[in-house]
Amino acid sequence: MRIKVRALQAFMCSTLLLTSAGAGSRLMAAEAGEGAEGATQTNWKAWRADVDVANKGALQRGARNFANYCLGCHSLKYMRYSRLGEDLGIPADLLAKYLIPSGEKPANYILTSMPAGDAEAWFGKTPPDLSLMARARGADYIYRLFKTYYVDPTRPTGANNLQLPGVAMPHVLSELEGLKKPVYKAVEKHGEDGKTTTEQVFDHFEQVAPGRMNAEEYDGFVRDTVAFLTYVGEPAQIQRHALGIWVVLFLLVFTWLAWLLKKEYWKDVH
Amino acid sequence: MAAVHGPQGGQTPERKGFMGWLNKRLPVDEFMRSQLTGYYAPKNFNIWYFFGSLALVVLVLQLFTGIFLTMFYKPGEATSFDSVEFIMREVNFGWLIRYLHSTGASAFFIVVYLHMFRAFLYGSYRAPRELLWILGMLVYLALMAEAFMGYVLPWGNMSFWGAQVIVNLFSTIPAIGPPLVEWIRGDYGIADATLNRFFSLHVVAVPLALLLLVVLHLVALRQTGSNNPDGIEIKKNLNRDGVPVDGIPFHPYYTVKDVVGVGVFFVLFTIVVFFVPTFGGLFLEGPNFEPANPMSTPEHIAPVWYFTPYYAILRAVPNQRMGALLMGLAVFAFFLMPWLDRSPVKSIRYKPFISKLALAIFAVSFVALGYLGLQPAEGSYVMLARIFSVLYFAFFALMPIYSRIGQPKPVPERVTYHAH
Repeated sequence: MRIKVRALQAFMCSTLLLTSAGAGSRLMAAEAGEGAEGATQTNWKAWRADVDVANKGALQRGARNFANYCLGCHSLKYMRYSRLGEDLGIPADLLAKYLIPSGEKPANYILTSMPAGDAEAWFGKTPPDLSLMARARGADYIYRLFKTYYVDPTRPTGANNLQLPGVAMPHVLSELEGLKKPVYKAVEKHGEDGKTTTEQVFDHFEQVAPGRMNAEEYDGFVRDTVAFLTYVGEPAQIQRHALGIWVVLFLLVFTWLAWLLKKEYWKDVH
Repeated sequence: MAAVHGPQGGQTPERKGFMGWLNKRLPVDEFMRSQLTGYYAPKNFNIWYFFGSLALVVLVLQLFTGIFLTMFYKPGEATSFDSVEFIMREVNFGWLIRYLHSTGASAFFIVVYLHMFRAFLYGSYRAPRELLWILGMLVYLALMAEAFMGYVLPWGNMSFWGAQVIVNLFSTIPAIGPPLVEWIRGDYGIADATLNRFFSLHVVAVPLALLLLVVLHLVALRQTGSNNPDGIEIKKNLNRDGVPVDGIPFHPYYTVKDVVGVGVFFVLFTIVVFFVPTFGGLFLEGPNFEPANPMSTPEHIAPVWYFTPYYAILRAVPNQRMGALLMGLAVFAFFLMPWLDRSPVKSIRYKPFISKLALAIFAVSFVALGYLGLQPAEGSYVMLARIFSVLYFAFFALMPIYSRIGQPKPVPERVTYHAH
C-alpha cells in the first residue's frame, strides 16, 4: 500500500504538471465565480452525502482513500496519524503499514509532501488543508463536488465541475469513476417581461469512458471519503455522542429529584 | 394565607461556637437572612421567573469555561485559529469546554431575551423598578459587547468580517468617525492589534463591568422586591410581623424551585452541547471554520443570531449612517420603557386588548427581524425588514398613546395563586 501511495503521488504530480501548465491564477478567479448558468436548476439539495461517523468501517476506508488519492496534495494539518489510529480502531502495526508514509512518526501531523511553492506554481493556488473542509463547507458540498466532475477539453486539467465551475483541482478520481459528460435539456422560461426564452438546464450525466468502478462503487467510495473528512473536521464528535447520552440521562434524573424536592417544600405554600 | 417559614424579619438570632465567632467578624448569618431566608418574594411566580436565576447560572458557566479556555487560547493573527483547533482536538475535554462556552453565549442571550420579555409582559420596568430595569439594560449592553468581542477571538473568516462590519459602523459618526474607528482597531484594518485588545477586553474589562452591573441589578432588586405576574406590590399587604402576606422566603422556596429550572435548562443545554453544538450554523457558523482571510469575503456576512434583529434594521435603511443610528436607537429604546408605558396597570393580564396586540406585534417583529438578519439583503427580504422595522419602532414610539387607550380589567388586591 505504501508503494501504491508513493506511486500515486508521483503519478498525480506528473499529471498535474502536464495539465496545469499556464493555468495560473485564472483558475482561482474562475473558482470564485458564481454557479454555472443553467446548472442551478437541478435540485442539488437531493444530492446528499448522508454520512454516518459512527460507521468505523466507512471511516477506515475513507482514511485509506484519503492516503491514496488526496494526501499527495492536501494536508490534514490538525490531525495526527496516531489519533486517527485510536479513533478509527486501526492497530498501530496496520497504521504504520498502510497509512503512515515512510519516514513519518505516528505522532506527526498528516502533512502532504508536496512543497507549497510548487503546488502554487502548478495549480495557481495551494491545495487547501482539508482538516476543516467538511466543517466549513459541509459534507454535502464535498460529496457533490466529486459527483459532478465532467470532461471539458477547454479546461487546462481536461475536467470541469458543475458545483464548482472552473475548479482548479483536476478530477483525480477519474481512473475510478471514468469520464462523463453532462446532458442538458432545453427548458422554456417565461421572463417577467412576458418573453419566453429557452434555457439549457442540466439533466443527467452520460458516461463516455468507463472507470475501474461502477457507479455504485464510486458513490460508496466518495461517501466513505466524505465520512472520513467529516470525522476529521471534528474528531471529538465520536466521544461527544457517547458521553452526551450519559450526561443527559444524569441530568434527567437530577431534575426529577429536584422536582420531587420542590413539590415537598411547596406543600406548605397555600 | 402563605405559610411563612424561616426567621420572620427582625434580628438574626445569636449563635454560639464557631459560627458565633465568625458572625462577630463576618455577617454570614445576617447576609443569609437579609438576602435569602428573610427576603420575601411573591408566591405566584410562573415559568417566566426562571430566567433571572438561569442568567446568573449561565454567567458563572461562562466565567468558569472562559478561564479554562484562556489557559490554552493564544491571541494573535498567527496563533488564534490554530489554538482553538488545538483546544478542540488535543486538550483533554477541550472540545467540551469550548462547546459549553460557545453554546453558553447563545444560551445567555436566549435566557436574557426571555427575562426581558417577562418584564414586558408584567410591567416589571415600571415604578419603582426603573433603575432595576436600567441596570438590567446595562447588563444587556455589556453582554452584547462581550459576545461581539468573544466572537472575534477564534479568528475565523466570519470573526474577521463580522468585526469589520460592526467596527466600521462607528465610522458613520460625523467628524470623529474615521479616527475613532482607527483608535478602536489600533490599526488601519482589523488586525493583530484589534484581536489582542478584544481579547483583553473580553477576558478582563467587560466581565468585571458585567459582574459589577449584575451585583447592582441584584441589590436594586432587593431594594424594590420582585414584581409578579399580577403586577401588584406585595409590600402593600403586610402581616403583623411586617412580612408580606403574599410573600414566601426566597430560600428555601425559590431556591428549590430554581434548581428544577436549572435542571430543565441543563438538559436542553447539554443536548445542544453534545449533539448539535453548531445548531445548524446558528450557534457556530460554517464560514468561521475557515481562518480569517482579508482577501476572501464570505458569501453573506451575518452576525450570530442574537444580533440579527438589529442587523436587519441596519440593512433595512438605504443610508448607512441612518441605518447605524436606527440600529443604536433600537437598543436605546428599551431604556425608555419605564416612561413610555402610561398604562394604569402593570401586568398584561389586566391590560386592554390594544396593549396585548402591540406587545404581540413587537414580539413577532423582533423574531422576524432576527430571521431576516440571517438572510441575504435582497429582494423581498429588504422590504419585509423595512415593514418590521417600522412596526418595531412603532411599538415604542406609540406606546405613550396606545397604553392609555381602553379599559383595563380590575386588578385584584391579592396575587392570584392556586396551591397544587
